[in-house]
Amino acid sequence: MANTMLHINHIAKTFNPGTITEKKALLDVELTLNEGDFVTVIGGNGAGKSTMLNAVAGVFPVDSGKIEIGGVDVTHLPEYKRAKYLGRVFQDPMTGTAATMNIEENMALAMRRGQPRGLKWGIRPMEREMYREQLRTLGLGLEDRMQSKVGLLSGGQRQALTLLMATLKTPKLLLLDEHTAALDPKTAAKVLELTEKIVAEQKLTAMMVTHNMKDAIAIGNRLIMMNAGRIVVDVSGERKKNLTRAEVMGLFEKAAGEELDGDRLLLS
Amino acid sequence: MEIIKLINALPGCVSQGVIWGIMAIGVYITYRILDVADLTVDGSIATGGAVATVLLMAGVNPWIALIVAFVVGMLTGLATGIFHTFMGIPAILAGILTQLSLYSVNLAILGKANLPLNATKLELLISQRNVRALSLDNPLIVLAIVTAGVIALLYLFFGTELGCSLRATGANNAMARAQGINTNTNKVLGLMLSNGLVALSGALLCQYQGFTDVGMGRGAIVIGLAAVIIGEVLFSKIFNNFALKLLAVSIGAVIYFVVIQVVLWLGLDTDFLKMLQALVVAVFLAIPYWKGKYFNKKTGKGA
Repeated sequence: MANTMLHINHIAKTFNPGTITEKKALLDVELTLNEGDFVTVIGGNGAGKSTMLNAVAGVFPVDSGKIEIGGVDVTHLPEYKRAKYLGRVFQDPMTGTAATMNIEENMALAMRRGQPRGLKWGIRPMEREMYREQLRTLGLGLEDRMQSKVGLLSGGQRQALTLLMATLKTPKLLLLDEHTAALDPKTAAKVLELTEKIVAEQKLTAMMVTHNMKDAIAIGNRLIMMNAGRIVVDVSGERKKNLTRAEVMGLFEKAAGEELDGDRLLLS
Repeated sequence: MEIIKLINALPGCVSQGVIWGIMAIGVYITYRILDVADLTVDGSIATGGAVATVLLMAGVNPWIALIVAFVVGMLTGLATGIFHTFMGIPAILAGILTQLSLYSVNLAILGKANLPLNATKLELLISQRNVRALSLDNPLIVLAIVTAGVIALLYLFFGTELGCSLRATGANNAMARAQGINTNTNKVLGLMLSNGLVALSGALLCQYQGFTDVGMGRGAIVIGLAAVIIGEVLFSKIFNNFALKLLAVSIGAVIYFVVIQVVLWLGLDTDFLKMLQALVVAVFLAIPYWKGKYFNKKTGKGA
């Protein structure tokens, strides 16, 4: 039995409770990820996919339930303290990097994730070589632009850099929140390929939200589908490998007890 | 309108500009690096002046008076930081609250609204009366040393792990937290550093002008912003290094005071000075907005 890397223990979250904009985002989410699991998360808009990821990351406190990462109870830890365990890539390429700082400075910030920051130099010369090597693996030519401001990079380059930064210091859990959704198809494919490569090389435990059914089926060893704040489908192992699109649709209808609305799911 | 009058006034403008330049560097830290508009400065510059005045009158070494003023200035920033982060008050309002309470604090420190500093009786670092002296007494020498020291220390600090995390906090809050940076602590730290420098500037200003007045900080934020913006408009193309950017702010403050002097020399009624200051800053703040609008229209047509 592999080690448990993430345990989401019956969490619930309601935004703006008691107001006209009240939104029950997570009703009762229960999920356990084993070390090395790469799970893809699908579901319609408002199903709670991103909310679940953000709850794990600590963007907001949950109303009830418990979250453990690598055996540590993080339920009451603020976002910046949980960062120690987490690598994160966001949907918006602008979110993951500091535009006004250069590439190597961004990487140096990521290299110190979860460490106290004092009056030592922000970047030491020996680090630079390591960053250059790492950037070379992206194959984007960024290793020759380490002094360039990140704001000058394209969305795809920024996402690739964010991915690299998220895994520079091996996280216990990698959270990918629709990280290819804002990219053109070609770039998205490249970033996705890079994601699989990094996850495989570092044997990471990862959770990836996607709107793309094809990717969700093709990538990872496990697939979960959310609907109305709950996980309604959870497929793994051999069964996940042989999954087809029609099958996923069928599973969803059975679990959610409603006709699947293809438009709402934005499945492609 | 004798040109000689203007020329005579210039050395004073330069000295004043360099003093306010240190204050403007403090504003740069909050406004540009932390991306927060901090109005504490209108109060903390007078706090720096008040603390230094009281210490100098008690015969304390003027350099020590500067350091104490810096530390007390940091405490004013701490107050704003607590209002903002711990109590969740928007930064601008938090600064206004501190600024208002500092008026009482400054009165309490000084004991009255206005105290003179006699340059002949007291040991002061700088004085307006030596502004045209061609000797070591010229205030510009001490001011240049202090400014260079401030820029050098800030340059070193913002290159450290902590300094980088402060820059990241201002550049992208979400990213900073995802990298494990406590953005609230950093905001407080930035506000403290900024107001420490502003108070240091106030401690120099009171010696230069020979008095401290509880109202001497009125509109200080406007002068600080003007210096930051003038420095950027004139030097952003050529100054890329961080130390040079800070120097540009200092030069921006000097240019600001020279321009004001020219306007006064041209015959503007001094009663309208504050209005002029505000309007100048308003126009400079509007320029990037107008530029954006103009260029957007251009690209819109092209597409």
